[in-house]
Amino acid sequence: MSALTATVGFLRRVGAMIVKEFIQLRRDRVTFATMIMIPLLQLILFGYAINTTPRHLPTAVFAHENTDASRAILAALRNTAFFSFVKEAGSAEEAEHMIRAGEVLFFVEIPAGFERALRRGDQPQLLVAADATDPVGSANALAALAGVVGSALVRERFVDAAGAMPFEIVQHRRYNPAGTSQLNIVPGLLGTILTMTMLIYTALSVTRETERGTMESLLSMPIHPVEIMLGKIIPYVLVGIVQAILILGSGMILFGVPLEGSAIFLAVATLLFITANLSVGYTFSTLAQNQLQAVQMSFMFFLPSILLSGFMFPFSGMPLWAQWIGEALPLTHYLRMVRGILLKGAGFADLRVDAAALVALMLLAMGIAVARFRQTLD
Amino acid sequence: MTAAPEAPTPGRSAPEVAIEVENLCKSFGGRRVVDNLSMRVMRGQIYGFLGPNGSGKTTTIRMLCGLLTPDSGRGTCLGMDILTQARRIREHVGYMTQRFSLYQDLSVRENLEFVARVYGVPEPEKAASTALKRLGLEGRGKQLAGALSGGWKQRLALGACILPGPDLLLLDEPTAGVDPKARREFWAQIHDLAAEGLTVLVSTHYMDEAERCHEIAYIAYGQLLAQGTVQSVIAAAGLATVTVEIAGAVGHEAGLLVTRLARELSALDGVEMVAPFGTALHVSGRDPVALEAAIAPYRGDARLVIRADAPTLEDVFIDLMSRSKDELR
Repeated sequence: MSALTATVGFLRRVGAMIVKEFIQLRRDRVTFATMIMIPLLQLILFGYAINTTPRHLPTAVFAHENTDASRAILAALRNTAFFSFVKEAGSAEEAEHMIRAGEVLFFVEIPAGFERALRRGDQPQLLVAADATDPVGSANALAALAGVVGSALVRERFVDAAGAMPFEIVQHRRYNPAGTSQLNIVPGLLGTILTMTMLIYTALSVTRETERGTMESLLSMPIHPVEIMLGKIIPYVLVGIVQAILILGSGMILFGVPLEGSAIFLAVATLLFITANLSVGYTFSTLAQNQLQAVQMSFMFFLPSILLSGFMFPFSGMPLWAQWIGEALPLTHYLRMVRGILLKGAGFADLRVDAAALVALMLLAMGIAVARFRQTLD
Repeated sequence: MTAAPEAPTPGRSAPEVAIEVENLCKSFGGRRVVDNLSMRVMRGQIYGFLGPNGSGKTTTIRMLCGLLTPDSGRGTCLGMDILTQARRIREHVGYMTQRFSLYQDLSVRENLEFVARVYGVPEPEKAASTALKRLGLEGRGKQLAGALSGGWKQRLALGACILPGPDLLLLDEPTAGVDPKARREFWAQIHDLAAEGLTVLVSTHYMDEAERCHEIAYIAYGQLLAQGTVQSVIAAAGLATVTVEIAGAVGHEAGLLVTRLARELSALDGVEMVAPFGTALHVSGRDPVALEAAIAPYRGDARLVIRADAPTLEDVFIDLMSRSKDELR
């Protein structure tokens, strides 16, 4: 046989393989979709949604006086785009509650007699409290604060541009005074790891049965779809609890993560979150035709969960559309809850919106899973 | 239900009927897989379900146990409506799938206990032990089901089916790929179960297995082509068969002669089918006179022994299949 005929034969067989692979790929729509969607998602999310220099961080103001100086400061802060004044607090307690509930990340307090003290050269204090549970988000904004206020007062001719700053900014980093990243990351990791493992476990459960042919037998038995679902979810709830205890325990021992709030509330929130993720995984399981597709779907869900939940990047730094996607993910709400309970001592009253969102997402996923689970092979 | 459940209600089949279906139809993607199928199986019967691959046997069995919903038609299984009472039918039916469908990663005992628990058999551990003993799998309780040989897997699957004490067994090609000894034991067990009052519907490709059934049904292209006892199905086919045996040649010469004769005979009018069996040929035709006319010229050949014979079940089925194909064209 000549070298030429051997080469032609080789190319023919390789060509046949390539054609076959393309046909198979075209038929496997989910693989095809994820092949396109994952790079696209990464590009869009990293390119547009993630912004380590946060903008429009929600801020509350509590001004004791309404003077030219206080108005100039607020106007300047508004113009920086770092801050966005969402609330006007009536009292220091109210502002405090807003930070604990996560409604605002900053709280600016202008004391009474600020302008008068400024004119007299008394170095008045401007109080800025920041929710430092997310150190990246707050540090940049705090750093910009002094400059912004200073130049505003110069522009309004309260002070001489050449002289030293005639006022003092008192910064309070709340809940994480040292800005330790672990304090923020451990609760975040708890949520992320639970999402990952819980999703994959149940995403595979139904497709595995279908793939191995055991589903036909199972369906011919007198057992209800809801029973099958619960039977598959409950063991993993236990696995999730063990994982949560491990992560939290080591976080407390190794990094000194505090538990400021109620342990029972934390346990309830975690249980809700585990069940929500298992339900989402189970839904994927009823949609996927094989185990590979189920894993791919899980990743399609996992990726935005990591990027858009506020785990990796400050939630408030993202554009609105990205925040809306984030609000639809269980991890977003769980992160707020777990950070609030562990670091801020937040209670149910502070976190009831997130708790309700988590319950709603869980019920939605369960409803879809039960509706999708087919009792026949039709 | 507080009323006596045994009382036959109007509209339901008589209690001695296990399965009664009328005009069942099922299509997949526009292709009709089961076409107007009607049949009746009496209680305690072993009912053989025969037909080529893709003829609709599995689809029919799945409709009987509620795994598939018929497009049209109606029927009852153990007196319960297959359209509306599928859930209740499942409690009384044991379905053995064509592909081994117990959990390969569970042990033999764990599989049996799972089945027992799903069906709500009291004392599942004890029920599993009893089943293990009955199956002769006592020593293998801890073995993973996936590690069993084909014959043992089949035995375990049957054991799992009968463990909850069903009234009807639906077995989809249970003996495919099983050695002759295991097949024989399997059939002995089926007959024992039928003697205990169980109704068994079993699909198969094997003609010898068909002959072990009380009644058979032959299905091809989704249509039921023949139904009844083996003898009545053969008689109803009205097929005439002649055996042409090569007596005057041996070895390679005989082989060549068989092949040449088969080709010649099958081209003749009046001959529908020619099937070689060693050095003999089964020649069949629907019209005995035309068949005789076709064979007549060969009677003078000294090398051949020609005698009238009864058609086998296989002859009948292949004839039925080709006939229905002709009609469909």
